[in-house]
Amino acid sequence: MITIEWLFVLLGLMFAAFSLLSAFDASHPKRFGNAAFWGLMAISLLAGSHLGDFINGLLVLGLAGLAGFGMIGRGDPATTSREERQYWSDRLGNKLFLPALIIPATALIGTLLYSYTPVKDSGLFEAKRETYILLGLGVLIALATIFAWLRPPAVAPLQEGRRLIDAIGWAAVLPQMLAALGVLFAAAGVGTVIGDLTRSVIPEGSIFITTAVFALGMALFTMIMGNAFAAFPVMVAAIGVPLLIQHYNGNPAVIGAIGMLAGFCGTLMTPMAANFNIVPAALLELKDRNGVIKAQIGTALPLLLANLLLIYFLAF
Amino acid sequence: MSQYWVLIGILIVVAGFALRLNPMIVVTVAAIITGLVAGMDLVEVISTFGKAFNDNRIIAIIWIVLPVIGLLERYGLQQRAASLIGGIRNATTGRLLILYLVYRQITAAVGLHSTAGHAQTVRPLVAPMALAAAEKQGGELDEATADKVKSYAAATDNVGLFFGEDIFFAIGSIVLIQQILATYDYNLAPLELAIWAIPSAIIAFLIHGSRLLLLDRSLGKKRS
Repeated sequence: MITIEWLFVLLGLMFAAFSLLSAFDASHPKRFGNAAFWGLMAISLLAGSHLGDFINGLLVLGLAGLAGFGMIGRGDPATTSREERQYWSDRLGNKLFLPALIIPATALIGTLLYSYTPVKDSGLFEAKRETYILLGLGVLIALATIFAWLRPPAVAPLQEGRRLIDAIGWAAVLPQMLAALGVLFAAAGVGTVIGDLTRSVIPEGSIFITTAVFALGMALFTMIMGNAFAAFPVMVAAIGVPLLIQHYNGNPAVIGAIGMLAGFCGTLMTPMAANFNIVPAALLELKDRNGVIKAQIGTALPLLLANLLLIYFLAF
Repeated sequence: MSQYWVLIGILIVVAGFALRLNPMIVVTVAAIITGLVAGMDLVEVISTFGKAFNDNRIIAIIWIVLPVIGLLERYGLQQRAASLIGGIRNATTGRLLILYLVYRQITAAVGLHSTAGHAQTVRPLVAPMALAAAEKQGGELDEATADKVKSYAAATDNVGLFFGEDIFFAIGSIVLIQQILATYDYNLAPLELAIWAIPSAIIAFLIHGSRLLLLDRSLGKKRS
């Protein structure tokens, strides 16, 4: 069976290559910092399952230290100039999209073929990980296609990959850090305290105000945790089940489903949801780290109000 | 009063982000202090943090696409995406992003949420196309306008994903809702939950779609 661990190894090898290429890049202002940073990521991906929790913890502290004390920076690996790119774009035409589409197409068609045909029973892929594994497969097929077609220098995919990962920098690791912070918050009982606090602001007898506190609480706590999944059990335990469902006889399916979506409105408005909001700002090389969030607030606030009203009118 | 001490981590995070300190340090400090306040010793805190980081390695999977995207950029993928849009007479940023919003909501609603995203589609294709369309509408873009267009491209991906994926009954969030409610003896089928994601999906499309049309208007004004 092909498991997600195979993909971690492939990814780990890629980060190991980024690390080595950084170390040997004499023009890189922070070559050894970057080599260490991407090297630690490589170790985590290649050996994380065998290192033990404490060593993994030290590894994370290393990543945070390197990033936090400004020891990593952007390299400038050789690539094509703007003019050369325009030349290739004109010469290759729309065929250039094909390799880019191989990745989503492999993931899309592969997932459909795998999930809705008897192949599913073969146990070829680890359960629920098939799309990720097929994404990895798509990357390999796309690389093979580009090499057969355009014959770039052998090290080009790794150098171009390093160019991009250096542009993203520590933001590439932040989402995983925040997920880990969420686990510590949960272990410390932050959710219980927040749940009690939220319940204490609700006056008795008003279904609307209770619904509003539930929906706004989902959004706010999601903003704090960066993840609606962490907020949901807390708000359901504090308000959803005891008040909305049991006390006011609300429809549990509506309260559960739309309550989660109220949380998603919070996800749109918080830097804590780094993979959705901070990573794209880095990927698109925006000046303002919070640019994506600012573009989303105008959608998120009216949508939150809409979800609040949907719960109120559909559940009761 | 003492139970409120565990909230200190939230305070550290909020203050750290507000002061624009490096988030990697802020998050680490918040995690360690929260753990210590909750009564763990330092080794225990570091171990918990390390285990959680390791358990979430799947988040990093997406970076596997970078060598392909980078390689295609080397051969002018972004320029090609821009030329394609430049050749379509009626293309505008707003219409293009509305099309992407529909695509993203529908593919997410049938469970294909990992097939598009900021690294796979927004940076190499959607953002350069949106920029090219904006240039047709408003001429040469200044940096602030270009950044705004790129932000909207990323925002459209997020809105499409969040308000499409819950229509798919086998997604993690639906499973989570089902499991949590089941602990209180409310046993619901995933499909019963997923249909209630449809009204929000439609409203999300209407709200974000209108904002994209407004974006068109502000881009068009720049020319006159």
